[in-house]
Amino acid sequence: MDGHEALADLKQISVQIEAAVIADHGGAVLACSPDDGPTGELLSRLAREIWEAADISRRDLGRDALTQVELSTAQGSVFVVRDDRHVLLATTAPDPTVGLVFYDLKSALHALDGRTGTEEPNVVWQADGSASAEERGDGAA
Amino acid sequence: MARRRRRVVGAMTLAVGSVAGSALIFKRKRERNASRADLYFEDGSMLSLSQGAPEADRLLPLAAEALAATGR
Repeated sequence: MDGHEALADLKQISVQIEAAVIADHGGAVLACSPDDGPTGELLSRLAREIWEAADISRRDLGRDALTQVELSTAQGSVFVVRDDRHVLLATTAPDPTVGLVFYDLKSALHALDGRTGTEEPNVVWQADGSASAEERGDGAA
Repeated sequence: MARRRRRVVGAMTLAVGSVAGSALIFKRKRERNASRADLYFEDGSMLSLSQGAPEADRLLPLAAEALAATGR
């Protein structure tokens, strides 16, 4: 499945996702919704910067490898997931169903790599959205 | 007279209760909408960083830029 097909499927499955970009680790955009070159380039750059900044925090905090990131603001949420070859950034309205969005994003990455049906995406479910610099170890799904 | 007073006290209790309930709902909604960065790790744990934490303050402007670029 190519990037455009994976993104079209993702948009069809998840009504919560408003915009999304799939890029490779070098920053080359494979697909973007809305299909607009400059927006795709910008979101691809931001996906890389968000992942790198989150990874710096992970290293500073001495944690395990990063699997996924959600940035939540009053204007909406930004999700970033990554696999060996691709990075996927998606935006939603405020207060999305976090677990479902992550599941759909990971499924899209699996489909993109032609791994549909071979294994379930590894998704960590969020128990509750409240917290202030708190840590949870509520297990993986 | 006593009946009227009871009615007034009842109405006031209801009004105060409504205001307190609305304030609580508003406070919870505001807390839920507070900016934060949630990082998920391979061991299954998650770290939630609120606005003001240095790690969150590195990430949240990037989120704002992405949301602005997509019309939010």
